[in-house]
Amino acid sequence: MKFLHLVLANLGRHKRRTFLTVASVALALFLFASLRTVVTTLDRAAQFGSARRLVVLNATGLVLPIPLSYANRLATAKGVSAVTWANWFGGKYGDNKRFFAQFAVDPTSYLAMYPEIVLPEDQKQAFLRERSSAIVGRRLLDLFGWRLGQDITIQGTLFPGDWTFTIRGVYTPSDPVINDDMMLFHHAYLEERTGRPGLAGWYVLEINDPNNAAAIGKTIDDGFRNSSTPTKTGTEQAFNASFATMWGNVSLLMGTIGMAVVFAILLVTANAMMMSSRERTGEVAVLKTIGFTDRTLFGLVMLEAGIIALTGAVLGLGGAKLLYKASNFNAGGFLPGFDVTANTLILGIAVTLVLMLASGLVPAVRAARLPVVQALRRVE
Amino acid sequence: MKVPLSYNARSLLQRPVSTALTALGIALVVAVFIGMLALANGFRSALTRTGSSQNVLVLRRGADSELSSNMDRQSASILTSSPHVATGADGRPMVSPELYVVIPLPRAGGTDTTALANVVVRGVSPAAWTVRHNVGVEAGRKPESGKAEICVGKKLAGRFDHTAVGETLRFGGRNWTVVCQFSANGSAFESEIWGENEQFIPVFRGELFQSLTFRLKDPAAFAEAKRTLEADRRLTVDVYRESDFYTEQSQLLGRILQILAILITSIMAIGAIFGAINTMYAAVASRSPEIAVLLTLGFHPRSVLASFLAESALIALVGGIVGALLALPINGIVTSTTNWASFSEIAFSFRVTPGLLLAGICFALVMGLVGGFFPAWRAARLPVVQALR
Repeated sequence: MKFLHLVLANLGRHKRRTFLTVASVALALFLFASLRTVVTTLDRAAQFGSARRLVVLNATGLVLPIPLSYANRLATAKGVSAVTWANWFGGKYGDNKRFFAQFAVDPTSYLAMYPEIVLPEDQKQAFLRERSSAIVGRRLLDLFGWRLGQDITIQGTLFPGDWTFTIRGVYTPSDPVINDDMMLFHHAYLEERTGRPGLAGWYVLEINDPNNAAAIGKTIDDGFRNSSTPTKTGTEQAFNASFATMWGNVSLLMGTIGMAVVFAILLVTANAMMMSSRERTGEVAVLKTIGFTDRTLFGLVMLEAGIIALTGAVLGLGGAKLLYKASNFNAGGFLPGFDVTANTLILGIAVTLVLMLASGLVPAVRAARLPVVQALRRVE
Repeated sequence: MKVPLSYNARSLLQRPVSTALTALGIALVVAVFIGMLALANGFRSALTRTGSSQNVLVLRRGADSELSSNMDRQSASILTSSPHVATGADGRPMVSPELYVVIPLPRAGGTDTTALANVVVRGVSPAAWTVRHNVGVEAGRKPESGKAEICVGKKLAGRFDHTAVGETLRFGGRNWTVVCQFSANGSAFESEIWGENEQFIPVFRGELFQSLTFRLKDPAAFAEAKRTLEADRRLTVDVYRESDFYTEQSQLLGRILQILAILITSIMAIGAIFGAINTMYAAVASRSPEIAVLLTLGFHPRSVLASFLAESALIALVGGIVGALLALPINGIVTSTTNWASFSEIAFSFRVTPGLLLAGICFALVMGLVGGFFPAWRAARLPVVQALR
């Protein structure tokens, strides 16, 4: 380490080149971390789901409803301790028609089913009391500048007309995978307005023993097999996973781009290191003459490459981590809980080490093997 | 007087490794740029091609997709008798009241039950095959009226089990015989299953259609048709030109893909530009005596500036061409994603167009020129005496 001073002095010689190279590495790792976080966030969403919750869908198709009369039969099924249901509403708000998710839910049982949806007790009671009220996520409230007690009007696309709701509560999810930009309102209000009672979009069940999930699901599906509406029951996790697969080959795409980015920057860094080493041929010869060993010279070049790569990595990875944290980014609701994981950071550092080896190796070996006499002669 | 371009070309060949590394860096950026835009392009074009400008799509008022719309038989028959509807060769109106549902189908080869994809099932009238003029049966024959027969879009075949002609596909609690496969000019229809609407209605949603599509008698009279139908008091409908409707559906995801492409590639481009700057500065520094000689010989500093800019642009051009060649093989690769407007899976091909290749190469040139500017500026302002000494 006594040569650190020398390495730093070398880096300071071409300040602009060092700065540009470090900046390229930082940008590359920033991109790398961002792309990988898209993948990890999707994976996490796919794996999310309490093992105690099952989702019951209409077997014919996701968008087709299930009779509400199934609720009693589901509640009495063996191993099921609680039942709730919900409907997708599909409304639009405001002139720019920004999309956000609205669900018509059975309020008491739904909030009991999802303890991850946290809201103050008084707001919860106010919501439960008033049929035309709704609760919204904190992000949604901030986004549209709503406040508690405000009436908002939403245009229905699935259920035509203008729908007015009073905001009675603001929730914050205790698990970042749950969207904080949803709106929940009373299922009974939906039935009342549409005049088409008795239909649920899907059911969510709580079961006593997660180990029996498959058996309970099968019993339920068998029971409804010959009814007007056959069901398909699966764990909440499988349900979420099926949504995640709908993105298609996103992981592959992000991975490919990530590799291209890293490789492109490798070229930039390697080029910079090579240019530096070529310019210093004479110096290296002098150092060797005054007694520096081949191994030391090899180490010096590697150290230089390492400092460039690591500085860039710290800036890029740290920047990504802080930026997404500070801006509370969630890709318009598509990627809730977008956060650079520790795993990604470690992988980023591994990429950095590869970068250092690949960019430093050729110049370092060249420095170590340099024949002194020829090199000195060439300078003259 | 201009410095000849061959001077730059020879200089580049003097330092092959450095040139190649810089060019390759730019090539990768260009390849990613073209690749991502080809994805956005392919998705857009699949949906844009779905609609025809001669057709009119009618949905329930306020519905923003076929999935969220519904239409009763009475409305459908009022629409069918509208004077704006063209008459087919058989003397019947060219109208297709359609049922539109999304069903879960297991992907081919998967035993994993979670690997379900949502596939569109469209119940059409016999006239639909002529109303949609880009639809053509490729193998087999059209489904017969009154039978449980279906026709499968070309892009579904192979990606899902039991979709070959002659096989039986089970959905909606019934078995359906696959009697044909159809193509539709690469559009989103190719990711759908078609059958007779009257066969599907009892199985799925009861006595309701989702949408109605008809051929305009006079393609120029769309505005007139839209006005009369939307003003008709017996109907509560929104009327769209079919092509506009599907183009609109591609906007959300198409735009996301495009923004993503530009965001990612511009960050990459900055890195590549830094690389070019490094390379060119090093070139200028190592060739200062040469540059000084050029200036002494009477070349104007402006010519020297232009010469070094050209050198940088030349590296970038090589990179751009290599990048375009790297991206070219992805043209036509089929990928799939979910069309969030219909909640169903849609398969489409990457589309690398000549315009896109050109854009990629221009992008490379811009990188080269930006990266080369400051080094070239330094070259032009070189103090001759010092450099020669």
